[in-house]
Amino acid sequence: MTIENNVLVKLTEVGLKQRNKWLVKGVSLIVERRKIVTLIGPNGSGKSTTAKIAIGLHKNIEGNVEKFTDKIGYVPQKISIDWTLPLKVSDFMVLTDELDEEKINEALKLTGADHLKNQNLGNLSGGEFQRVLLARAVSKKPDLLVLDEPVQGVDFTGEIALYKLIKEIADKLNCGILLISHDLHTVMTATDHVICLNGHVCCSGTPKDVAMNNEYKLLFGEQASQTLSIYEHKHDHVHSNDGDIKKN
Amino acid sequence: MFDDFFIRALIAGIGVAFVTGPLGCFVVWRRLSYFGDTLAHSALLGVTMALAFEINIAISIFIISSVIAIILVKLEKNTNLPGDALLGLLAHSALAVGLVVIGFLSFIRFDVMGLLFGDILAVNVDDLIIIWGGGAIILIVLKIIWKPLFASTVNYELAEAEGLNPDRAKAIFTILMAAIIAISIKIVGLLLITGMLIIPTAMARNISDTPKKMVIFSICGGLLSVIMGLFSSLQFNTPSGPSIIAAALLLFVISLFKIKQTIKLKN
Repeated sequence: MTIENNVLVKLTEVGLKQRNKWLVKGVSLIVERRKIVTLIGPNGSGKSTTAKIAIGLHKNIEGNVEKFTDKIGYVPQKISIDWTLPLKVSDFMVLTDELDEEKINEALKLTGADHLKNQNLGNLSGGEFQRVLLARAVSKKPDLLVLDEPVQGVDFTGEIALYKLIKEIADKLNCGILLISHDLHTVMTATDHVICLNGHVCCSGTPKDVAMNNEYKLLFGEQASQTLSIYEHKHDHVHSNDGDIKKN
Repeated sequence: MFDDFFIRALIAGIGVAFVTGPLGCFVVWRRLSYFGDTLAHSALLGVTMALAFEINIAISIFIISSVIAIILVKLEKNTNLPGDALLGLLAHSALAVGLVVIGFLSFIRFDVMGLLFGDILAVNVDDLIIIWGGGAIILIVLKIIWKPLFASTVNYELAEAEGLNPDRAKAIFTILMAAIIAISIKIVGLLLITGMLIIPTAMARNISDTPKKMVIFSICGGLLSVIMGLFSSLQFNTPSGPSIIAAALLLFVISLFKIKQTIKLKN
């Protein structure tokens, strides 16, 4: 496995069928080093499934997945730690891999979570927890970061801070990012490519620069408009309730 | 030294406590207490099989419990019933069928009470070998699968994404559960085995802030419960299982005061 032309992972016409229902079908995408690819789409549109296919979590898939790296950092969607398991942040960092103290500190510092090291996971706020999850994912210096809704459960200001942080990490680690956004219309400005999913790729393109647009600037504020962008969908078909797809 | 029945029971109980401590933590973390009950109830069927075919009781229980675990997994995949309904179905069916079969085996002299609640008079040297030998194997296997099992307990997808094999760890853990039930039935009795897994662990949760501490306190709690329980069983002529569980409950109640203190400190 060598990294050619900076391509980290390449999906060609992949699909996954479970219980006679296609969760996703015919999805192609490429994540390159130093590039950020954002997946958006409604609930149940197969965003997480696509991300899991990309990191090799689903077997029996259709199509072709080419992975050019094994160093993948993953932040899963909706992870909850309940009170039955007493777990400190420092224990959580070494959950799946041995890491020395220095690397733990370095990763926590990178995501601005170093002060949380001895806290219990159950006591963290949404934003703090996402930072710790991010620290875990970057601690092994991955080539590819897969982030499944990294800003969920975080308020608007926190969201902007986290997006800024993700951009910083991408620059520092020199890695590629596959990011899933819970929002249909706003994405990170740093995103190079947006893919809108709804069982298949509905449309894709680049985000519109909000910072240039005075109206959006008023709406989001000066700070936010540098981090968030609007994505304008260009669909050439509609999804009806019974799952049919009609061309416009 | 092993001539005295009480010493034998004590050594057996201590062996059991060393294994129920760490396994109990996973039962609590993974919310498997009802699953433990189901396996324990099916042990009765294992005992009757052992009596009918004259094979070793522990081995027979181990086989039957493993079979019930496999049936459960199959049923979960092939029916639309929720997990707890299936557990109840299997637990009570296994208990009922076991008791019916005992009825047919009326020609064998048989102490049902001892089976249900533990009987320290019944522990012989063979049992000691099974408990300590089996217990050592269980702990070694648990140590080997600790990382994937623990990681997938915290988050399944994280463990899978980072190259561990959570499904295999889960399958092995199920076998370990069957094994602990097989070796601890004589001391605790099949109705109370889950209590031995859960109550010392619940006590440990109240006084620990890391998983490691919780395992250690859980073992300590189990050991104390066994020692206190067996001595009072000898003193008051009560069945050993309930005495041990009552001792564990006492420790749990004491540990509640520690929580109160911690909450006070926080405020």
